[in-house]
Amino acid sequence: MTGSPAEAQETLLTVKDLRIEVRTDRGPGPVLVDDVSFTLRRGEVLGLIGESGAGKSTIGLSTLGYSRSGCVVSGGSMMMGGQDIRTMTGAQRRGLRGRGVAYIAQSAAASFNPSITIMDQVCEVAIRQGLMNKAEAEAAARALFRELELPNPDTFGSRYPHQVSGGQLQRAMAAMAMAARPDLLVFDEPTTALDVTTQVDVLASFRKLIREHRTAALYITHDLAVVAQIADRIMVLRRGKMVELGTARQILNEPREDYTKRLVAERAFGQTSTPAGRDAEKPLLSVNRVWASYSKFANVISDVSVELRRGDTVAVVGESGSGKSTLARVIVGLLPRSEGEISFGGQVLSPRLAGRSKDQLRRVQMIYQIPDVALNPRQTLLDVIGRPMKFYFNRSNEEVRARVLDLLRQIDLPESFITRYPSELSGGQKQRVSIARALAAEPDIIICDEITSALDQLVAEEILRLLKRLQDDLGIAYLFITHDLGTVKRIANKVVVMLKGRVVAAGETAEVFTPPHHPYTELLLSSVPEMRGEWLDEVLVRRGAIAAAAKASVATA
Amino acid sequence: MIAQRFALGLMTLFAASLLIFGGTEILPGDLASAILQNNATPESLAAMRKELGLDRPAATRYAEWLSGAAHGDFGHSLANKREVANEIAPRLKNTIFLALYAAVIAVPLAVGLGLLAAINQGGVFDRVVNVVTLMTISVPEYFLAYLLIKYLSVQFGFFPSLANVTPNTPILDRMTLTFLPMVTLVLVITAHMMRMTRASVLSVMASPYIEMALLKGLPKWRIVVRHAFPNALAPIISVVALNLAYLIVGVVIVEAVFVYPGLGQLMVDAVSKHDVPVVQACGLIFAAAFILLNMGADILAIMTNPRLRHAR
Repeated sequence: MTGSPAEAQETLLTVKDLRIEVRTDRGPGPVLVDDVSFTLRRGEVLGLIGESGAGKSTIGLSTLGYSRSGCVVSGGSMMMGGQDIRTMTGAQRRGLRGRGVAYIAQSAAASFNPSITIMDQVCEVAIRQGLMNKAEAEAAARALFRELELPNPDTFGSRYPHQVSGGQLQRAMAAMAMAARPDLLVFDEPTTALDVTTQVDVLASFRKLIREHRTAALYITHDLAVVAQIADRIMVLRRGKMVELGTARQILNEPREDYTKRLVAERAFGQTSTPAGRDAEKPLLSVNRVWASYSKFANVISDVSVELRRGDTVAVVGESGSGKSTLARVIVGLLPRSEGEISFGGQVLSPRLAGRSKDQLRRVQMIYQIPDVALNPRQTLLDVIGRPMKFYFNRSNEEVRARVLDLLRQIDLPESFITRYPSELSGGQKQRVSIARALAAEPDIIICDEITSALDQLVAEEILRLLKRLQDDLGIAYLFITHDLGTVKRIANKVVVMLKGRVVAAGETAEVFTPPHHPYTELLLSSVPEMRGEWLDEVLVRRGAIAAAAKASVATA
Repeated sequence: MIAQRFALGLMTLFAASLLIFGGTEILPGDLASAILQNNATPESLAAMRKELGLDRPAATRYAEWLSGAAHGDFGHSLANKREVANEIAPRLKNTIFLALYAAVIAVPLAVGLGLLAAINQGGVFDRVVNVVTLMTISVPEYFLAYLLIKYLSVQFGFFPSLANVTPNTPILDRMTLTFLPMVTLVLVITAHMMRMTRASVLSVMASPYIEMALLKGLPKWRIVVRHAFPNALAPIISVVALNLAYLIVGVVIVEAVFVYPGLGQLMVDAVSKHDVPVVQACGLIFAAAFILLNMGADILAIMTNPRLRHAR
């Protein structure tokens, strides 16, 4: 990095044999972090990567002398500036936080206090720690807003958190972290909750910030391609243990451990061939120029048409707020359409749920993003999966039981799970149960609303494989709503790109995703991070032109 | 949004007036028989009904009563023929004085204790405050009142046991005279508000932005006061309003113990004397106080929420 060689060599943080475990009233619980060691030099960025439960955030928070309730640092040391963070007193810790180490959380919307202006929250640390007076702190904050390319940097701070967009708030959080000029920044999945196109800009701002201030950083993420853009070195973690530590280049190009290889391979997706729906057939579901809105004033979806044939997988892609999920709600009848026609198997479907026959309801099923919310926590899997059979087919208890066991086998869960409750399952297993519940109705179409986005990548991969197999066996058609273009390329034979409630591009996946694209499709595609470290620089260069074209297309849309 | 809440409050008040009027209307025996009591003959009853206007339909009388009430005219008392408004005014002043006196002490005390308990969650202070306040709400208020009289008045003679104020009592004497009833009320209402403050603040303390504040190195008191409390206000405000309403509407027993000439006593007397206009007027005032305070609480809650105050 920049700076004199001597300074660059100076060690900032030395973590040695770090061990963090859960302590319950009944004694020690599971070990979250086990035997992790690393050093961090001034200005260096270390990426911590792994799936959920790998202990990334736990390590990140421990460098602030903080562990979430129930967790205890039970071994090792964390030396920073000649002092062990682990043995600091309460007052020393407060001095360390914000000033020595600052934290940037995943969800800025949740991490900003809703009742205090952004400016007051950004300046709070510097003023409280006695580093600056109010005027100085505010001037510094405005400078940071400018550096982070926030709109109207001079007045931005007077807004409340709910008044700015997610990407802006995420940058404001970086400003808040930088306000007291800390030596180390801990980024905890800071772009995970953002849309891909926003992620690029925020990532670029972050990188610029840490480079210019020569701040060291721990960058925690599950996305190798993201960390590839920003980290000098990468540590791969799994279940609290270090799998591999190396330079970014080495981890990405020559991973040594099997687990790392699998992670890298998952991202470098190949263009697997996708099943082609038979175009000659009549469409199963046809959405014809449909409009819908939640209030009288603004249409959420406008003039949308989609067709789905037996065995099709049609992906609906777009950023948050593009109307993807609304389209799903309109199709199943939760939100009545205001104009247009939806027909299913040749019959026009009533706009409202109440106007549809039981059979029509049965044949279109839906799977949701967050299975925790979609599954009744008080029902066993027998009840959860068996309910549609009783409701639609009036099956006897024995028949239901036999069929549930059958479905459990199909979704690769052990038969003994039939008596379990959802809370006893992992995230991936819960999503499998959601799939089984949809299958229990023996539908023709399953609408999948972001069903893999809450899952770890390797787990998501397995779910996609399961869906594919079920499609091959049963000929179900999927309407697959997602913001993840990688997923789309792998599973969908057709794709519909939505922007602000309108369809901007549609067709065969291969066609839509090969140039010449619609400008917005190109913007989306170019925003998907690639594993190469140079990707961010390249995309930023290309970005200007693409974004301008996309904007122009929105204006004319 | 505020205008909407205001309209809703007016409608509720209207509904309450209907209930009050309807309630006194369906009581067994009408005004005339109540006045005449043993002297009632069919002829004298009819004459009295005519005099009182009771022979006219209920709807007409309701409309008259309501429009009168809106102008501050509640009719005449049956017991002593004086105007109800004049009868009520000094009593209402007394009630409001005692309520304000208690509120000014109790609300800051309860909120302060609640915040301290939240900062000290699980500590000695937290436990002591919880146990003590729990005791004060568990003990019936008249018992509390007699305890106070026994120790603070009879045994040590710090304060008078009777709160027999007159309209001419100067303010300082008034405060001394009503000191014990005030303390009784404070003890009764503090617990509820304090526990709500504590619970509400603690539930906000589980939010991610509180963790963020902790990671910014802020001291605990600042996190509680600056970051948690403003976001915990809405439920606290509504409980405070509820308790203020209680101070106006529900203090009959305390008034009785201390022989304090408040509105509650007046209403109880009026009920036992079948003095319907006074009962109606008191009922309407109580309803209005209740509705006004709750409406105020809702409006305040809207105003303290920046998401509602500042549009996107």
